[in-house]
Amino acid sequence: MKRVLSLDRVTASAIALLALMLAAAVFVPIFARHDPLAIGDVLALRLVPPFGHDASGGWHLLGTDRFGRDLFVRMMLAARVSLALGVGGSLLAAAIGTLAGAGSAWLGGIADRVVMAIADALLAIPRLVLLLVCAALWQPGLLTVLIVLGATGWMGVARIVRGEVLGVRARPFVEAAHALGVSHWRVLWRHVLPNAIGPTIVATTLGVGNAILLESGLSFLGLGIQPPRPSWGNMIAGGRDLIVAAPWVALAPGVALIVTVLAITLLGDRLRDSLAGQSAPLARQLGERT
Amino acid sequence: MSVIARRLADAFLLFWLVVTVIFVLIRMAPGDPADFLVPPTATAGDAARLRTDLGLDRPLVVQYARWAGAVVRGNLGESFSSRQPVSRMLLDAAPVSIALGGISLLLTFLIGVPLGMFQAAHRGRALDGITTVVTTAVYAAPTFWLALALVAVFTYGAATLGVPDALRLPAFGIRTPGVILHGWAGLVDLTRHAVLPVATLAAVGAAGIARYSRSAVADVLTEGWVSTARAKGARPARLYATHILRNVTPQLAVLAALSLPGLVAGSVFVESVFAWPGLGKAMLVAIQARDYPVVMGATVFYAAAVIFANLAADIALPLLDPRRSVRPA
Repeated sequence: MKRVLSLDRVTASAIALLALMLAAAVFVPIFARHDPLAIGDVLALRLVPPFGHDASGGWHLLGTDRFGRDLFVRMMLAARVSLALGVGGSLLAAAIGTLAGAGSAWLGGIADRVVMAIADALLAIPRLVLLLVCAALWQPGLLTVLIVLGATGWMGVARIVRGEVLGVRARPFVEAAHALGVSHWRVLWRHVLPNAIGPTIVATTLGVGNAILLESGLSFLGLGIQPPRPSWGNMIAGGRDLIVAAPWVALAPGVALIVTVLAITLLGDRLRDSLAGQSAPLARQLGERT
Repeated sequence: MSVIARRLADAFLLFWLVVTVIFVLIRMAPGDPADFLVPPTATAGDAARLRTDLGLDRPLVVQYARWAGAVVRGNLGESFSSRQPVSRMLLDAAPVSIALGGISLLLTFLIGVPLGMFQAAHRGRALDGITTVVTTAVYAAPTFWLALALVAVFTYGAATLGVPDALRLPAFGIRTPGVILHGWAGLVDLTRHAVLPVATLAAVGAAGIARYSRSAVADVLTEGWVSTARAKGARPARLYATHILRNVTPQLAVLAALSLPGLVAGSVFVESVFAWPGLGKAMLVAIQARDYPVVMGATVFYAAAVIFANLAADIALPLLDPRRSVRPA
């Protein structure tokens, strides 16, 4: 049998899909004829099915929601929020994780034990439970979700970086750098951390998909992005009681979300495979759904 | 033995740390639960009285000491809003969640592992590529979206396509309201209500397990004894069902423990969408109402389940894979 779905075809499709989603998220809300937030003549506009025309003749690619707003335009406006929070949340988590992991491995002793104990404790609670508790702490909103995603997602990266730093710090070139009088922080930054960059990139890529899913979950439960600002999660929640009468309202935003997370996950998988081969236990740790 | 005792102690310490972290997080919340609990017409004095009544005016340390002291004696306190004992509420809700989660977990492995094996056997070919995209897509789907999609298909779809009534599945609740069914009929009714929630959780879970078992089985397939078994004429079915399954069993045991957090998260959404009176739903309601004792009770339950499942996998690992047995130094 021939390799039909070769490595590069999947990667290329994933990248193309993400680029398309990003472009649509940026440009569709700018150039769309329908305002994604304004509520017009509700009775004439609401619940137009996909590919349908409303009473005033306007065409809607994916139909309209209960207030007559165009679903496709809203979905792309939501994509901005979801993509930004997914990437932002995952990057923030990676930054915190790198800092915590490198710091605790480099300092050792009590600091190491405290940081790792906290990481273990946070890993032992389902991340969603942690997110729900934290999201209830502050006013729900964009910044809250971002901070909470970062604060609950750093443990995986911290462990990876800590492991790499511990492995590398005993190597001769680190000792050589010390012997040449390079400062501790510079050795860490220039000679030790670059060794941990590969697994961290993989974890961060897969973390973006996770963060998008978690953000949508929080927004679905009403603890994330608040309407009228659309996010995929709160759009699905908005169509929840219409699931029988107008299923497209809830289902369409989910399709956008699935396509995005699918592309990110396939991309992350490829990165991981090319990084570690298929058998490395480190690679296995990456990408557990939390 | 001493190894197990030490691990047990570690697990218990971790459990206590987790519970403490959550306790502090919750009590740091701005906004006062007493303000949520008093009736709309209540005065500030009423709220203050309630606050004293619930012990919320005491310093954090005192509140923690009181709560921890009670928990050690097996008392989880009583709900702020319903004034029911938290242990009673958990005992009512937990069986629903445990049954839902348990059956889903079982199905997850029964579907996911063979699927992963199938992919590994066909790895690099079109069938594997397509299956990977499908399982990753299901894995990428939010649980609540999948739940709603199933409802749309099996209620809306079934209604418009003229599917017989018996195959139309109920979308909400745990049994048909207003009807008291006994014995067989009751079980059928319960099963019909359980199909969609279980299918949702099992689909998401199985997709994840398939992703994992694919690579685990692919690793095993590269080993020399697989070629030997094949050369000696072992049938593929036998090879997979006995030798290869036995070799990935230790990893699957660890994976079962690791998949608990995902299952908990999934059940929160599934119970919310399908209106099942389980722990996830109870915790969600409690968080929104700032019913601290109930949130803490659910956290205690979840943390205990996750930590002790991991511990059990840790202890079982050497039994499943003698190469990993730990010999006391």
